[in-house]
Amino acid sequence: MENVIFSINGPVVKVKNTKAFSLLEMVYVGKKRLIGEVIGITDRETTIQVYESTSGLEPGEPVETTGGPMSVTLGPGIIANIFDGIERPLRDLREATGAFIGEGCSVSTLDETKKYSVTITVKPGEYLTGGDIYATCPETHVVEHRCMVPPKMSGEVVKTSPDGEYTIHDAVVTLKDELGNLHELTLCQKWPIREPRPVKTRLPITRPLITGQRVIDTMLPIAKGGTAAVPGGFGTGKTMTQHQLAKWCDADIIVYIGCGERGNEMTQVLDEFSELVDPKTGEKLTNRTVLIANTSNMPVAAREASIYTGITLAEYYRDMGYHVAIMADSTSRWAEALREISGRLEEMPAEEGFPAYLPSRLSAFYERAGYMENLNGSEGSVTIIGAVSPQGGDFSEPVTQNTKRFVRTFWTLDKSLAYARHYPAINWITSYSEYIEELRNFYDGIDPNFLEFRQRMQSLLNEEAQLMEIVKLIGSDVLPDDQKLIIEVARVIRVGFLQQNAFHKDDTYVPLEKQLKMMEVILYLYDKARALIQKNMPVSTIMELGLFDKVVKMKYDVPNDHLELFDDYFSEIDAKLAEAESKFNVD
Amino acid sequence: MSIQYIGLKEINGPMVVIDNVPDVSFDEMVELVLDSGETRLGRVVEVEGKRAVIQVFEGTTGLSLTNTRTRFTGKPMEIALSTELLGRIFNGAGKPIDGLGEVYAEKYMDINGKPLNPVARTYPRSYIRTGISAIDALMTLIRGQKLPIFSGSGMSHNKLAVQIVRQARIAEEQGKNFAIVFAAMGVKNDVADYFKRSFEESGALSRVVMFLNLSNDPIIERILTPRCALTVAEYLAYEKNMHILVIMTDITSYAEALRELSSSKGEIPGRKGYPGYLYSDLASLYERAGIVEGSEGSVTQIPILTMPNDDITHPIPDLTGYITEGQIVLDRILEQTGIYPPISVLPSLSRLMKDGIGEGYTRADHSAVSNQLFASYARVQDARALASVIGEDELSPIDQKYMDFGKKFEKYFLSQGFNENRTIERTLNLGWELLSILPKEELDRVDPEMLEQYYDPEKAKGFEI
Repeated sequence: MENVIFSINGPVVKVKNTKAFSLLEMVYVGKKRLIGEVIGITDRETTIQVYESTSGLEPGEPVETTGGPMSVTLGPGIIANIFDGIERPLRDLREATGAFIGEGCSVSTLDETKKYSVTITVKPGEYLTGGDIYATCPETHVVEHRCMVPPKMSGEVVKTSPDGEYTIHDAVVTLKDELGNLHELTLCQKWPIREPRPVKTRLPITRPLITGQRVIDTMLPIAKGGTAAVPGGFGTGKTMTQHQLAKWCDADIIVYIGCGERGNEMTQVLDEFSELVDPKTGEKLTNRTVLIANTSNMPVAAREASIYTGITLAEYYRDMGYHVAIMADSTSRWAEALREISGRLEEMPAEEGFPAYLPSRLSAFYERAGYMENLNGSEGSVTIIGAVSPQGGDFSEPVTQNTKRFVRTFWTLDKSLAYARHYPAINWITSYSEYIEELRNFYDGIDPNFLEFRQRMQSLLNEEAQLMEIVKLIGSDVLPDDQKLIIEVARVIRVGFLQQNAFHKDDTYVPLEKQLKMMEVILYLYDKARALIQKNMPVSTIMELGLFDKVVKMKYDVPNDHLELFDDYFSEIDAKLAEAESKFNVD
Repeated sequence: MSIQYIGLKEINGPMVVIDNVPDVSFDEMVELVLDSGETRLGRVVEVEGKRAVIQVFEGTTGLSLTNTRTRFTGKPMEIALSTELLGRIFNGAGKPIDGLGEVYAEKYMDINGKPLNPVARTYPRSYIRTGISAIDALMTLIRGQKLPIFSGSGMSHNKLAVQIVRQARIAEEQGKNFAIVFAAMGVKNDVADYFKRSFEESGALSRVVMFLNLSNDPIIERILTPRCALTVAEYLAYEKNMHILVIMTDITSYAEALRELSSSKGEIPGRKGYPGYLYSDLASLYERAGIVEGSEGSVTQIPILTMPNDDITHPIPDLTGYITEGQIVLDRILEQTGIYPPISVLPSLSRLMKDGIGEGYTRADHSAVSNQLFASYARVQDARALASVIGEDELSPIDQKYMDFGKKFEKYFLSQGFNENRTIERTLNLGWELLSILPKEELDRVDPEMLEQYYDPEKAKGFEI
């Protein structure tokens, strides 16, 4: 008997009296063949969430099974592409339905006609297991695509094609498994989005993800294979921060998920990334980026899937031995999609209407990050940086609180910093990174003093925060001079170091060496000035020298490739302070 | 002749249930004809087998289980479109109410629209000069942007919107291709009148399409009002290559209508009783602003919402802020001190301005001036907080300078006349003159070269309190 629609309520469709479906199976709904997924089964009815608009759907229209779970196609052609939440390429959708996205449009995920120049890396007789690489081809100028045996397959190579030009569906290698069945391997494979791709083992975390952002690299680092959350109310610069990281972080591949966010923002990413050049490879940033755009007005069920689609793509490239970073903007929209669908299913709500399984879904997502030894022996990592948009800017709401439990770096964005246009508006007091100890070896390798400098700067900022409590009540005039100095130095740290101008050609990305030198200069100035204050010189005399303002501007005045200019700062601090001291002694 | 079904099964608030109807599709439009001959419109919101739940736009008053005949139209709600819409006035459901008869349609379009493919968008970059210093300098409006006004009851948001409409038109190079679509949702009769009169006075009425759902009109219609308006806007922008400014007021009434409807459907409420899909629903309106690649026109939105209890963390302004590209926040204290427009500078923001200002658009120093004004004005708030504790006289000299700057900034920069239309040059120079009140070292957001060029303490002496 054919399965037909019984009821429709928003994106939720029910089919009665059928046993044809399995849980999380992908289905086609209605005459327009809308894509859907089975999310609930009882003996009386099967519940399906539909990833496209259900307007115009009628009871009695057919529902087709596909026999497999919601999967993505993995193969060359993913990089530099832009997909919606269920991996439909938006450029091809535009060709098919015009500027506005229509329903039931079937386009193939990857370009099926494009030929890739494939090198076969195995010979007949070799025994391959899941994850082993059997062919490579250049995907973009910077990414070499490595075709791998699907994780659950193994067998002996019985036939290989010669090196040459192939499309993604051409069989290039044939495997014979232990039962004697033949498997033809093409350049692509499928993988269900809700299942993590297997690895050999999880490796300890040892390397930071270098972002070129001082407040992150120096103060609140994130590790390769780590997780971070960026919570902040609207207008605090979440998206800006995500964009900066996507542009400059030293991952091999970036997966940028625009989950329920603004359409114009995605267009901006597209525009900007196709113009910007990656400083490491000299190639356009698009050549290492995958975009997943499911904007806020696109179907809500596909928004729920977009996060999983993104992470599955990331894991696939990790398996090839790449370091992948995922920016998910924003996970709150994903949680809201869960809530919306849960509401349609009339499930019992927990906190603020979110379903009770919100924490377990969140943790399952963040746990897919990690620094791994892959099945084929290579090493790769997936780093997740998720933006959180707390309702009303209130960090006690369920999504922020639950996320906090599952991430190890927490960058809170501060409204008052954003109001003062201090970007990145990451609050240095309430944010934290748990990776410092694990990354100690790395930072010691840059300079043995690196972490000590960092610690001193952090203490100064903490002291300032405490002093500001007093200043707010009684003004700064009553403070003793050594405390006034702390306030002045903390200002230098805040304005001259933590604040960073994304639109300045040098300041937008700052190498670790320059970050180190900047810390050194600031602390040198502080130590020297403190010594004078202990000799009773008033802080106002030191401030008149203009040294502090000069140091604040060093981020602009010293180009990234002329770090030797920092030497002048030390000598100038020495000279000016010595002059002031001799003058002070005479008076 | 299509089939009419006699009678209803159930009436519940604005919803009716009708049973034993085959071939009903989700979201299709329904006509209900009462025995009195009156016709009402409705929409299918849920179908289950042969049972359909219908939302009646004009309300269910007077319906009984037997006096109604129902006809299914087989398609979602559509609106008649043509360029003749300009100058016309419609009710919230798109029916003409100006006595000029039906619109002769060039084409019909589904009012729900479809999501615009992000790859088919053009990133908005051209700025719109509003002639209002605070907006032009600090939260520049960009063509294709959605920039809401967050206000409160009794504040001058309507006046501000009218001034923007009036002055933005003049700045528009291709003035003849400019039109306004105005959607009133649950506003008072006076407010609708005020807008109509203002459009008339500025001679713009012939280029305005008005959709009026007043506060005593059926709430279900209110759900349709912005959708009708935006469909017209999209048609004029993308098919007739016009630049459209859409004013939607008041989004708060719209959201309350949505809540009322949701609760009558028996849905599980989210925060403050609003449905869990409030974000998606608002996004389906706001995201219809933009520019489509290959079309000359654009849709720019200025939604107006009154924050309940002036609370910016209330779900409506909160979710709106997450979708729109910035916000203009009005402040009651400024309003009460007699400052017009009472724009609260610090929480206001335009996300798209960074790419639409600077050399080639406005002036090279624009972003520096605006950043510095924000930073310095933020510092003014600290000084004021301190002054309220220890008294202004006890402040350090530098804090006193900031107090001085703050007062003059509000009096000379923020404040301006309802008919005063400042050029961008004037606005930016004014910014520099005010910044020159502060010592040079304090201006740390500005390139030294720019500071050299514009910083002039002499000019700062012209301001008096």
